[in-house]
Amino acid sequence: MANVNKSVTVTIPAPGRIPFSFHWLQKLLKQTVVMMVLLFLWEVAPRMGLVDQTFFPPFSIVAEGWWGLAVSGDLYDHFLASILRSLSGFGLAILIGIPLGLVIGWYPLANELLNPVLELFRNTAALALLPVFILLLGIGETSKIAIVIFACLFPILLNTINAVRNVDLLLIRSAKSMGLGSTQLFYKVILPASIPTIFTGIRMSGSASILVLIAAEMVGAKEGLGYLISYTQMNFQIPEMYAGIITIALLGLILNFMLVSIEKKLSKWKENANG
Amino acid sequence: MTDKIQFNHVSKVFTIRDSNERKNGIKEFTAINNVHFSVKVGEFLTLVGPSGCGKSTLLDLLGGLTKPTSGQILIDGKPIKGPGLDRGIVFQQYALFPWKTAMGNIEFGLEAKEIPKKERTEIARHFLALVGLSGFENRYPHELSGGMKQRIAIARSLAYEPDVLLMDEPFAALDAQTRETLQTELLRIWEKTKKTIIFITHGIDEAVYLGERIAVMTSRPGTIKQMIQNPIHSRNLDEDIRSTPGFAQARHQIWDLLREEVHQSQAFERKNETA
Repeated sequence: MANVNKSVTVTIPAPGRIPFSFHWLQKLLKQTVVMMVLLFLWEVAPRMGLVDQTFFPPFSIVAEGWWGLAVSGDLYDHFLASILRSLSGFGLAILIGIPLGLVIGWYPLANELLNPVLELFRNTAALALLPVFILLLGIGETSKIAIVIFACLFPILLNTINAVRNVDLLLIRSAKSMGLGSTQLFYKVILPASIPTIFTGIRMSGSASILVLIAAEMVGAKEGLGYLISYTQMNFQIPEMYAGIITIALLGLILNFMLVSIEKKLSKWKENANG
Repeated sequence: MTDKIQFNHVSKVFTIRDSNERKNGIKEFTAINNVHFSVKVGEFLTLVGPSGCGKSTLLDLLGGLTKPTSGQILIDGKPIKGPGLDRGIVFQQYALFPWKTAMGNIEFGLEAKEIPKKERTEIARHFLALVGLSGFENRYPHELSGGMKQRIAIARSLAYEPDVLLMDEPFAALDAQTRETLQTELLRIWEKTKKTIIFITHGIDEAVYLGERIAVMTSRPGTIKQMIQNPIHSRNLDEDIRSTPGFAQARHQIWDLLREEVHQSQAFERKNETA
């Protein structure tokens, strides 16, 4: 009990620069350590003979192949062809899907009429329709962009419809009580309230656009990353094939990163947007 | 003093699907029946009743969000045609627009009134200060506590200068301390702005503390059981009114009136559950 009145001085470390930068370094380490281990395994496993080097060359050889493709400009051409197709299909799907979804969501009758058809199309795998697209539109750019549009459209469309239909009724009541007419209600309440859900659809479409495009390019194309992969595989240029795969992974990563940062900006008002 | 609001024998009947009947069975459901009373200009009227007595229907009717089945509701002698900025509604769940900041929310009704931007900001700042939240201009609703959100909602309704403020159990979701603070503040705001206020609550204490007159409602179908002139005239906000004998007496009177109704409404709910 004698100790009660004694004052004790505790030194609390000031939140200075050094602990902060250390924390940052720790975070970086946490995020890259597994990746490093995987790359290390990729390098070592073929060299130790755990897997066949011919079909699974070490990472350094793949990197070399990638560099070779990059320097020759081939990689750039294929990359450009793919990204142009993917972005134009994706972009057109956004331009069609959002307005259409807003209309369908806003008018109950439109929703009732179209819902069964949309459900059917949504559950039709886009790639199953590839032969149809090729028959109707040829093997040129049109069929590839068309199938990307098809694959991207449904996530955007359905999310937009859902977003509009699920706007908090209380907000609508509140806005109506302030004398807002239908048009104003739509622009000032329905639209802003729907944006986060619409964006979820856009992000889902982003990855779909690449997935479907690569598959389409593997079946019938003269350029593009999908073509590069299937072409190099058939010609036994295995390191180049892996180089193509890595490039696609990077493309997907970049696209997703871009979409996530736009999404964060647009829904900064949401609690814990993206965690 | 002249009448601001008049309820002339107002009834509201909803047709609902009857789950007990065949598939197309339709049941009529009387929410409120023959409600007849008036509110004077600048009066603070509290409406207290058991749960499910049609309090909220009454408020929807006043807000112009629904129309009476029979009877008439007059504001300044003219029947209500629909929602309008002459009445402001404060909802229990705040109903703030989550994508707008505190300022943006307060400005919302002013935008509908087409007041120029500069003026809007000025007015919004004034009302933000009135509810004691200066400095929180740029906070989003999710960054505010329940009490703060309700203050913003009150400021939003006051900002477009309605003559009548309709409040639907606005403090029901708040903790006891915050509720008492906001009750006192509401009285202060009322004295400052001279609005006509209709305040719906299921709390007897709240009804007695706030109302100049207290309307006690019956259980389903809701109608006005008795109008009580609140004996507590002293509205010295610093005084502990809740501990005075007058308060206890009024409280008891209402409690007696309500006891019977609560029993009835509970019996009704039980019957519905077992059916």
